[in-house]
Amino acid sequence: MEETTLNNDIHVKLTEKFGEKITAISEPYGLLTFVTYKDVILNVLSHLKEELKFNFLTDITAVHYPGKDHGIAVVYHLHNMVEQVRIRIKVFISEQNPTIASATTVWKGANWMERETFDLFGVKFEGHPDLRRILNMDDLGVHPMLKQYPLEDPNRVDKKDEFFGR
Amino acid sequence: MSEINIVDAPPGIEGSGFFATSMDKVIGLARSNSLWPLPFATSCCGIEFMATMGSHYDLGRFGAERLSFSPRQADVLMVMGTIAKKMGPVLKQVYIQMAEPRWVMAVGACASSGGIFDTYSVLQGIDEIIPVDVYVPGCPPRPEAILDGFQRIQDLVRNESGRRRNSDYYKELLGQYGIK
Repeated sequence: MEETTLNNDIHVKLTEKFGEKITAISEPYGLLTFVTYKDVILNVLSHLKEELKFNFLTDITAVHYPGKDHGIAVVYHLHNMVEQVRIRIKVFISEQNPTIASATTVWKGANWMERETFDLFGVKFEGHPDLRRILNMDDLGVHPMLKQYPLEDPNRVDKKDEFFGR
Repeated sequence: MSEINIVDAPPGIEGSGFFATSMDKVIGLARSNSLWPLPFATSCCGIEFMATMGSHYDLGRFGAERLSFSPRQADVLMVMGTIAKKMGPVLKQVYIQMAEPRWVMAVGACASSGGIFDTYSVLQGIDEIIPVDVYVPGCPPRPEAILDGFQRIQDLVRNESGRRRNSDYYKELLGQYGIK
């Protein structure tokens, strides 16, 4: 119950500050989750860090929803180490032009997380100091976690159906 | 006491006070019983290989006492474990840095064929980037299998021509991999 009151508190404070820009609030498993927009994401993040003591950026990642208008969700996980509260923020951006402001100005640690998200999903973080691939080889040419890309290696021939009588 | 095994002399002409055989056979005998492996271990097969080096299986008994973690002087590259595509150029450079003559053993499913990881990030067998002499099956293989693979390498070393590495066939093979 205590968790829920804390979450309500955070929710009220955020809505006071950002109003309509905070939407789709839910609390799966007690984790306060909301959707915001890319024009205010940096303000939301710095407000959470400076005013609401979410001092730790746990993760930045993304989800691909093919066929939707705003088919890529960039997901931020923050942790308030003072009160032991976590929070999740989603920003939906366009699949054709996946750009969003870089959070490296708020947390230095966002650097590698954003490089990873760029590598796997092709999200371009504007203002990132060094947006290169981090996990995959440089000449991979695709962003493998986008769902239009086959995850299996096309060079492999030993798993073809004909070898299994299909 | 147990019997002591000594490697037989190669076929040749024997008489009192002399023994004549061909250079290739002597070189092959010497090389095959003094191989210096370079273990390139990345995952579970590498752990299994550690058992092979340990006192119970003892790779040293088979003529591989000196395991070198550097390409310098090493002549058998043993690749054990999953090689990600990003790791590919590193492995290839290690192979190129080894001096001739050199042999390559792919240990386990991953090094031989990518194993269960037919994904965008895993190399589907190291033979996509370097030529392989012996493949050891298994996931991971038992130490006995690695020893068997090692002895297959020794057979190759013992019986190949000392000049095989200068042959057009071998140059063409390396050329396919872009190695001069």
